[in-house]
Amino acid sequence: MKIKRAGIHPLGKESKTSRRKKQTARAKNDIWSLRLYVAGQTPKAIAAFNNLKFICEEQLKGKYHIEVIDILKKPQLARDNQILAIPTLVRKLPLPMRNIIGDLSNTERVLVGLDLREYSAKLRA
Amino acid sequence: MKKREVRSPRHVLPKSPTSIQGLDEITGGGLPKGRPTLVCGGAGCGKTLFAMEFLVRGAMEYHEPGVFISFEETEQELTANVASLGFDLDRLVKNKKIWLEHIHIERNEIEQSGEYDLEGMFIRIHHAIESVGAKRVVLDTVESLFSELPSPLILRAELRRLFRWLKKKGVTTIITAERGDGTLTRQGLEEYVSDCVILLDHRVTDQSSIRRLRVVKYRGSTHGTNEYPFLIDEDGFSVLPVTSLGLNYSSSRERISTGVPRLDTMLSGKGYFRGSTVLVSGTAGTGKTSIAAKFVEEACKRGERALYFTFEESPNQLVRNMRSIGINLEPWVDKGLLRFHATRPTHYGLETHLTTSIKLITNFEPSVVVLDPINAFVTGENHVEVKTMLLRLVDFLKMKKITAFFTNLNSASEILENTDVYISSLIDTWLLLRDIEIGGERNRGLYVLKSRGMEHSNQIREFKLTNHGIELLDVYVGPGGVLTGSARLSQETQDDAEQLLHQHEIVRKQISLERKREAMEAQILLLRSEFDAEESEALKVIRIEKARNEQIIQNKKKMAKSRKGDVGQKMHSSNKSKINVLRMVQ
Repeated sequence: MKIKRAGIHPLGKESKTSRRKKQTARAKNDIWSLRLYVAGQTPKAIAAFNNLKFICEEQLKGKYHIEVIDILKKPQLARDNQILAIPTLVRKLPLPMRNIIGDLSNTERVLVGLDLREYSAKLRA
Repeated sequence: MKKREVRSPRHVLPKSPTSIQGLDEITGGGLPKGRPTLVCGGAGCGKTLFAMEFLVRGAMEYHEPGVFISFEETEQELTANVASLGFDLDRLVKNKKIWLEHIHIERNEIEQSGEYDLEGMFIRIHHAIESVGAKRVVLDTVESLFSELPSPLILRAELRRLFRWLKKKGVTTIITAERGDGTLTRQGLEEYVSDCVILLDHRVTDQSSIRRLRVVKYRGSTHGTNEYPFLIDEDGFSVLPVTSLGLNYSSSRERISTGVPRLDTMLSGKGYFRGSTVLVSGTAGTGKTSIAAKFVEEACKRGERALYFTFEESPNQLVRNMRSIGINLEPWVDKGLLRFHATRPTHYGLETHLTTSIKLITNFEPSVVVLDPINAFVTGENHVEVKTMLLRLVDFLKMKKITAFFTNLNSASEILENTDVYISSLIDTWLLLRDIEIGGERNRGLYVLKSRGMEHSNQIREFKLTNHGIELLDVYVGPGGVLTGSARLSQETQDDAEQLLHQHEIVRKQISLERKREAMEAQILLLRSEFDAEESEALKVIRIEKARNEQIIQNKKKMAKSRKGDVGQKMHSSNKSKINVLRMVQ
């Protein structure tokens, strides 16, 4: 598994992937492509990024890629992708696309939104 | 706008002119500049169009670029929708006069986890405003966010922040919102946007719709508070303040023929006044349309244009029917002097009827306009609206010096002097057609109920439709009442017979008188001849007597002479008096 770097890193942090493999229902070479839209380094944005990273580490270790986009710098991207709520997390892959808005503090909702509930259920069991 | 500010000595609220016909009059100059205005109303009442026209006119006429944030329609849809109004959005967008942005989220794609804000939207709007240097912003319909995003509480706070933010930016904003149940907007946006609230209404009364606009609130400015009808047509949005047309038209002294010579005679010999309003009312089948058609034909013969609005018959049918009474309209249609406009009154609302009519009239420039019949507009209880509409139409026609000819169908049961739409006060010349039912026969009578500014006949005429036109006949007025038709004919024959009898009688009497005179004269002759005979007899006796007297006197004189007496003088005088007496007898 390659380490992917996000296009923009306003938070100055890198997303990490790990070689450790988790069981997933999906194909093994599936990469989860996630995009987080923020508007400047607000507390909400930082919280969202940290929450996301935590969940991904838990659930998708080594199989994800987070891209953080600051629409303050690229407002055109907000228009193109119909972003209005901040922060917005977009699951670009696997399809279909899914959107989660908010600071991702409610892990359960994030799992539902990303369709990762099966994992969490398994994990809890 | 700037001029207005400079000119005004008092400090009035700066306003952003909308250029929407009529609205600037009501609001005294436009929407509050640099502040948000809420435009609310039900579905399909024209909110989006209102906002779009404000933006486009601002960009085109006042050099104020605008941003249109659409929450419902995509940029393409918007462009296509307003292209029908003649707005070339594509070009305006290309020239950076207008910025279109569609903000949309699918609810089912959204999951919420924790708190969020709408900074994304703020940034997009900010970006849009900066991109074109916008002075005007439209948010259409921002309330739809409530159905797209979770957490109304957050949304509410964010919208409040948005409106404050826009106000701080100094852009004139229109926020549209759906009308709620008992409230102006579904989400109570009027609490946040309190500078100016305009309510649009689309009411359907008896199957016809009427659009109305009302300025509910305008902080810091006076405004018209009435409900004003407005229209949306191919030229966009127009509000029609009823008061914008005044009673200051000049009136013409020119007279134009009615097309029926005897009707002209009834109207002091010259017909209607040009630019007056004529109403023909009557029950069904009394010939209202025929009089209208005759009038139109006459106008065309003079080389004037005529516009005929028919609400019940198709032009074809009308032309055919009129041909049967000797009115041939077809050549005038072919020549382009006569134009028909046939619509069902229920087809659109009254306001649309009014504007289409006004538009047609403006384009065609007729000198005669016929509305046949006006009561077709009345459905149920909309008398007042119909009256208002006709009032405005009449005012418009009067200003243009166009003669208006209305027909009105009365139902047999009602009072003939009433019209369904109570417009009698608007009418200058009112002809009334009525049925006269006598002797198992129905005939038409016509009289002039009123005709302002002229001496008109007060008599009822019998009105006949023959295959060579309209004829007006004197009705029979006699001891038996007013008679028409065959009753009149038979009465007239009877009268003629009686007349003849009378004449015979007179001749007879004259003859007998003549005879009497002859008899009398014969008698006179007889008496005279008798008298003559007697007279000559008497004269003869007198002469003899005279002669005898003379003789006696002569004899006495002789005797006196011979006796030398002096009695002669005395005798002489007594004889003289006797002679005098005789002369007097003669």
